[in-house]
Amino acid sequence: MNKTITYQIPIGPIHPALKEPVMFEFEIEGEKIKDVDVHLGQVHRGIEWAGMRRNSIQILYLAERICGICSYSHPAAFTLAVERIAGIEVPERAEYLRVIQAELERICSHILWAGVAAHEIGFDSVLFLTWQIREKALDLTEYLTGNRVTKAIMMIGGVRRDITEDMLPTIRKSLDFLKENFEKLRKVFLDDKTVQMRTKNCGILTKEDALKLCAVGPTTRASGVKKDARLDQPYFAYNELDFDYVTPDVLTGEVNGDVYDRIIVRLLEVKQSIDLIEQCLDRMPSGEILAEPKIQKLLIQLKKAEGEAIGIIEAPRGEDIHFVKLVGEEHPHSWKVRAPTYNNILPWIPMLKGEQIADIPIVAASTDPCMSCTNRVAIVKNGHRDILLAEDLHRLSVEKTRRLMK
Amino acid sequence: MAKGLPKAFKKSLWVYHINSGSCNGCDIEIIAALCPRYDAERFGIKLVGSPRHADVLLITGPVTRQMVDKVKRAYEQMPDPKAVIVVGNCGNTGDVFYESYNLVGPIDNIIPVDVHVIGCAPRPENIIYGVIKAWTKLETLEAKK
Repeated sequence: MNKTITYQIPIGPIHPALKEPVMFEFEIEGEKIKDVDVHLGQVHRGIEWAGMRRNSIQILYLAERICGICSYSHPAAFTLAVERIAGIEVPERAEYLRVIQAELERICSHILWAGVAAHEIGFDSVLFLTWQIREKALDLTEYLTGNRVTKAIMMIGGVRRDITEDMLPTIRKSLDFLKENFEKLRKVFLDDKTVQMRTKNCGILTKEDALKLCAVGPTTRASGVKKDARLDQPYFAYNELDFDYVTPDVLTGEVNGDVYDRIIVRLLEVKQSIDLIEQCLDRMPSGEILAEPKIQKLLIQLKKAEGEAIGIIEAPRGEDIHFVKLVGEEHPHSWKVRAPTYNNILPWIPMLKGEQIADIPIVAASTDPCMSCTNRVAIVKNGHRDILLAEDLHRLSVEKTRRLMK
Repeated sequence: MAKGLPKAFKKSLWVYHINSGSCNGCDIEIIAALCPRYDAERFGIKLVGSPRHADVLLITGPVTRQMVDKVKRAYEQMPDPKAVIVVGNCGNTGDVFYESYNLVGPIDNIIPVDVHVIGCAPRPENIIYGVIKAWTKLETLEAKK
């Protein structure tokens, strides 16, 4: 009777918790997870291939559509690489404007993540609370760039829209609103007993594993690794701003590398981003916002450029690396993108091993994966396939929260 | 807004959402449409976890080769009468990815589409308007019975 059977659960490729299609295969023994395997490639759209058939300015808009949530980071990393090759000097004011956009995107992304995480453990009211706050950040984005999601503000040699003097009061008002509500979020996520019970000592990623598997962004910082492209390889105006690595020991004095720590890091980064935007608004010099306002001239300049370069950006999820090689033609010779989630997928394996099925949603969501996944979970048990809906998975997660609350 | 709408409100719409390889831009706007600012849930519109429970299929993304089969299967699992809404330019036309080798879309090529919501990404108001269009279609079908 003591004989245990391991069986496999494929999850994916459509699942409401994760945003792009991906598929996992879990090996389960009872409620415990023995092993995890990941299948990728459902969102392969051949973007890099298409990029080699377009000119550098057209690629900006293609890069924007790699990911709708990091729709600023990708073109930014690409622009950095191209500017390095072509030797374009970006005006100082544009560098500050770029920082403002990058940090605004980080605020939107992290608050979005907080909502998804709350949903995963069964707190839908918190999901609505966070998304209500996020709308304010989106309003600010729309005010500054003209759109909510794909902003198209990046341009090689600068940015496309300036912040004028009369816009400042509205920006500051929005930032004040975010600051006030940040306290509310902090209380909900960090002081609530049930959240702590669900997330503490759950999905642990040790510092060694984080280093070995090259985790990036908040995922690695929550494990105590001080790694942040904004400080390690400063770009834009980050070297003139005052900020530091966010690790969970800033708040709690210890590093566990669990889901709770990842919540702390993301929440503190929201506060840091608000602070960085304010610093930028104060220190921004006046001047031009584009190195070359005439697009035809810029294209000719880029056509002549030769060489290769790497652009590294700290996107909300971690390091985003773009490699570009120009060979004096209209189209780049090669363009390679390494999005942060690539690195943050492998850490799922040590995080999920030994956890319960009900913890899959929150642990998987805790790295903020940029992928969407399927609504069905099929359990293969003794050769029979039972379909378990993602709703059931979510229900299991909610039930666990209720159990803990009792 | 569509004629005869008060009548249409008698039934709540349940929506099943598939991401067939989109960039997430439309997906976050869909969730934004359900959240407090726009709050489509007050009309009983909600996302469900299975196509078997759904009246409306909401598809985002340009449909990559790996996802064709899944989109078709989800569509076949839905009970009649059903409506299909495509959200975002890439599902409607291919948008910036139009020439890619790994795309089978636009979604018209795979399953019949009732409502096209244009935009990259469309605003939540736009998505809600698309759902209302689908609603009118379903109610018309119902009335013909």
